[in-house]
Amino acid sequence: MTKEVNALELKNVEKSFGSVLALQGVTLEVAKGSVTCVLGDNGAGKSTLIKILSGVHKQSKGEFNVAGNAAVFESPRDALANGIATVFQDLATIPLMSVWRNFFLGNEIRSGFGPFKFLNVKKMKEITKEQLLAMGIDLRDVNQPIGTLSGGERQSVAIARSVYFGANVLILDEPTSALGVRQSGIVLKYILAAKDRGVSVVFITHNPHHAFLVGDRFYLLNRGRMLNRFERDNVQLEELTKAMAGGAELEALTHEISVVRG
Amino acid sequence: MTKSSTVDERVKNAGLITKVLRRPEFGAFLGAVAIFILFATTDTTGNFANAGGIAGWTDIAAPIGIVGIAVALLMIAGEFDLSTGVMVGTTGLLVGLLVTEWHLDIWSAIAIALAFAALVGFINGYVVVKTKLPSFIVTLATFFVLKGANMAYTKLVSGSVRVTGTDKAAGFDTAEAIFASKIGESGFQISLIWWVVITVVATFVLTRTRFGNWIFAVGGDANAARNAGVPVDRTKIMLFVTTAVAAALVGVMFVLRLRGMQAGQGVGQEFYYIIAAAVGGTLLTGGAGSAIGASIGALIMGMAYIGIPFSRWDSDWTSTFLGIILFTAVMINTYIGRKAKGGKK
Repeated sequence: MTKEVNALELKNVEKSFGSVLALQGVTLEVAKGSVTCVLGDNGAGKSTLIKILSGVHKQSKGEFNVAGNAAVFESPRDALANGIATVFQDLATIPLMSVWRNFFLGNEIRSGFGPFKFLNVKKMKEITKEQLLAMGIDLRDVNQPIGTLSGGERQSVAIARSVYFGANVLILDEPTSALGVRQSGIVLKYILAAKDRGVSVVFITHNPHHAFLVGDRFYLLNRGRMLNRFERDNVQLEELTKAMAGGAELEALTHEISVVRG
Repeated sequence: MTKSSTVDERVKNAGLITKVLRRPEFGAFLGAVAIFILFATTDTTGNFANAGGIAGWTDIAAPIGIVGIAVALLMIAGEFDLSTGVMVGTTGLLVGLLVTEWHLDIWSAIAIALAFAALVGFINGYVVVKTKLPSFIVTLATFFVLKGANMAYTKLVSGSVRVTGTDKAAGFDTAEAIFASKIGESGFQISLIWWVVITVVATFVLTRTRFGNWIFAVGGDANAARNAGVPVDRTKIMLFVTTAVAAALVGVMFVLRLRGMQAGQGVGQEFYYIIAAAVGGTLLTGGAGSAIGASIGALIMGMAYIGIPFSRWDSDWTSTFLGIILFTAVMINTYIGRKAKGGKK
C-alpha cells in the first residue's frame, strides 16, 4: 500500500446518544479514487456512520479527517463545501420536478444582473444532458419529471449531479436496496463511472453481492463496531457473504433449519 | 458532445399533446372554455359575451385572481393560508381608520397597511416553520384573531361596524386612479391590469427564477430540497408574506373603491382563493401548480357569478355550482396529471 493521504478517515470514532452507544471504536480509511464498501445488517450503525460523514451528527469521540485535516462540520452544507456529497436513499430527488431542475436544484445557473436574475434554462438543460450522457445515462428528454424515471436512473442522476458539482467524496446510502436486479446494475455502473472520474466512493449497503462487484475495500459493521476489513485482492465473495451473515451464526442457523426440515 | 447540444431526435416523437397535457392549467383552461360557452349560449340578456359583460366578470375575477395566485404559490410550496380573506378586511379597515381617525394621508396609510400585512405574513410563516405545526391550523388561528380584532377594534375606535369617508383623505385621487379607477367606456376596472401583470410576473418567477425553482422543490419534497441546499424555511416565510401582501393589495383596492370598509369584509373569501388555485391545477399536497391556472380558476368564478343571473338561474345556487366545478376540475386535473406522467416507467 502506498502512503497516500486518505480522502476520508475515521479513527476510533465513538457516537453515543444519551446512554446508547451507536458506534464505538470505528476506524475507516477511504483511499482516494477508490470504492470503499461498508457492509452491515439492519441496526448495525450504518445510518449513524453516514450522518457523521455527511455532517448531520458530530462524533462523540475519536478523529474524523478529510484529506488529512481534521473535519469540523456543523451541518451537511459544511460537508458539501468540503466536497463530501451524500446521496440519501429516498431523499435525493423531487419526483414532480423535471430532470434538469433536479440536477441544478440549489446550484441554479442564472443570467442577468442585480435583482433581475433569471434562470438560464437552455444552458442548464444542455449541461444536464451532457453530464448524464458522460455518465452513460441517455435520457430522451431532460424536461420529463424525474418521477417518471426508474429508481435506478433517479439514483444515477443524483450521483451524476454530485460528481458534476465537484464532489471528491461520494457517500451512497443503500443506493440499490429498493431496486431490482437490472436497476441495481445501472447504479453499480455509475459508481464505477464516478470512480473513473477520480471520485472516492463510500458505498453503504447490506448486499455483499453488490459490494463485491464494485468495491476495492470492504468493512463489516455490526452492532456499532467495525468487525472486519478486507481488501479486494484477498477476499472471495463467499467469505464476504459469510462474514456479512454473521459467520458462526449462519452455521448455527443452517444446522437448526436442517433439523427442522428433517 | 455534438449529440447533447442539439435537440434529441426522439423528443419530437414524444409529442406536442403530452407537452400540452403536462401543463397544470390545461384542465382549467378546458373548463373555462366550456363554462364560457355554457353561459354565452344560455345568456338571456345578450350581454354576457360583450365588452360590458366581460368587464363585469373580470371585475369579480381580478381580486380573486390577485390573491389566488399568491395562494397558489404558497400551496405549491406545500402550505395553506386561511387568513387571506380576513386580511383583505383588516388592511382595508386599517387604511380607513388611519385616514379618518388619525388623519394620515392615503399613501402613508396604504404603506402602513402593506407593512402590517407583511408582518402578519412573516409571523404566520415564522410560526409554521419553527413550530412545525400544520399551516392550516396556524393560519386558521390568525384568521380568527384578525376576524375578532377587525370587529372589536373598528367598533372601539369608530363607534360603528364600518369605516367611511376615506375619500376625504389627502392624496385620495391619485391613489384611486392607481388602485380603483375604471378604464374605457365599457367600465373595465384597473384591477384587471394589476391582475394580468401579477399573473405574468408570478409565472415568470415560478418558471424562470431560482426562487420559483425553490418553491416547487420545497413543496415537492422539503427534505430533498434541504439536502440540495435550498433554504426551505426562508422560502416558505417569503411566500406567507406574499399571500398577506397580495390580500392587502386587494384590501387597499376595496377601501378606495367603496370609500369605506365593513368590519366583516373579506371573511370567507379565503376559500375562493384556494378554489381558484385548486381549479387551476395546483396540487393540494404541494409540488405542482401554476399562476396562470389560478388566474383561469378566478376567471371561471367570475363567469359563474355573472353568468348565473344573466341566464336567469337562481343565483342562490352559485356556491353549489362552484362546488361542482371545484370537484370536477380537481378530478380532471388529477386524471390528466396521471396520464401525462405515466409516459414511461
